[in-house]
Amino acid sequence: MSDLDLSKINNMQYDVLREIGNIGAGNATTALSQMINAKVSMNVPKVELLEFKEISNVVGGEERIVVGILFTLGGDIEGMMMFMMDKAASMHLVNILLGKIEYSESDEQSEFSEMGLSALNEIGNIISGAYLSSLSTLTNLTITSSIPYMAIDMAGAILSVPAIEFGKIGDKALLIETEFGDKDNYVNGYFILIPTPDSYKAILKSLGL
Amino acid sequence: MINLIKVGMADANVCKPPDVITTLGLGSCVGIVLYDPSVKIAGLVHIMLPDSTKILNNSNKYKFADTGIDMLIEEMSRLGASKRKLVAKIAGGAQMFAFNNNLEMMRIGDRNVEATKEKLKKLGIPILAEDTGENYGRTIEFDPETGLMTVKSFGRDLKIL
Repeated sequence: MSDLDLSKINNMQYDVLREIGNIGAGNATTALSQMINAKVSMNVPKVELLEFKEISNVVGGEERIVVGILFTLGGDIEGMMMFMMDKAASMHLVNILLGKIEYSESDEQSEFSEMGLSALNEIGNIISGAYLSSLSTLTNLTITSSIPYMAIDMAGAILSVPAIEFGKIGDKALLIETEFGDKDNYVNGYFILIPTPDSYKAILKSLGL
Repeated sequence: MINLIKVGMADANVCKPPDVITTLGLGSCVGIVLYDPSVKIAGLVHIMLPDSTKILNNSNKYKFADTGIDMLIEEMSRLGASKRKLVAKIAGGAQMFAFNNNLEMMRIGDRNVEATKEKLKKLGIPILAEDTGENYGRTIEFDPETGLMTVKSFGRDLKIL
């Protein structure tokens, strides 16, 4: 149990969390750009503190099929982190990465191959690694991460996992939305960082707040 | 005109024919439908956590299996449902990610289902049907006219319970 209440964080703490999101997502985009060997640009991430009821609306509805890649965190910060993007967007990325049209992005029923899934895991690994390393540098805390766990399902179902963790400390969830892509295609990606309440305190404390 | 009444996460609502009630994309959360067949009044609560007494920030009663079910019964009673006649159908409580460790945090789906069953048992409300556990999301829709619950999942056949 903890006395931390997310809805009561002040503006300054909120700005810090936003900035962490910004820098983390920026590094993640750079990493992605190097991986696919193409210029990837990114819009300024939107950081929002949302009611549970609203989260799925932001990502395009509860029933939208998405890919969620989840990591558990250890070291000085415990909790989990998730990177999520819609299925069509992830197929687009895998196509670029494999250098061929492996999947039809418009086909809802199109399934990932073994190769595609492994490419997707790697994308998740790189994006999250970049994100976490910037968080680690910024806070001077040691953060370790598990292997990636992946699920492809309805957005509502995937989001229930981080939402439940947020549910333990309040009635809102912190969502960081970034839009990135190459010149032809933009894909939306979402980062959700869920430190345990004690780890939240550790992050804010390490930043002198 | 038939309305589709939507229930969000940590939320609840009640419903009478010809309307139907739904909650979309249940993952580790549990959707609990309570129904009084004698007056065809249905209620649905979408809970996220098993136990309100274990959490300090418990102002939203619908977030928990224990308090969520109590609140839903109250609302259904106001509409004319009888507590003694209630039956239940439940769905959800999946484990969305295949973790290879046994962290408490990862078993939340199971615990939500267990807490739901325990609470319903305590209240003497029989569970007529359930589609719980496994590793996939579910959308449920309940029609108080027929008393049937449809369960929709990605890449799976529709179930009617």
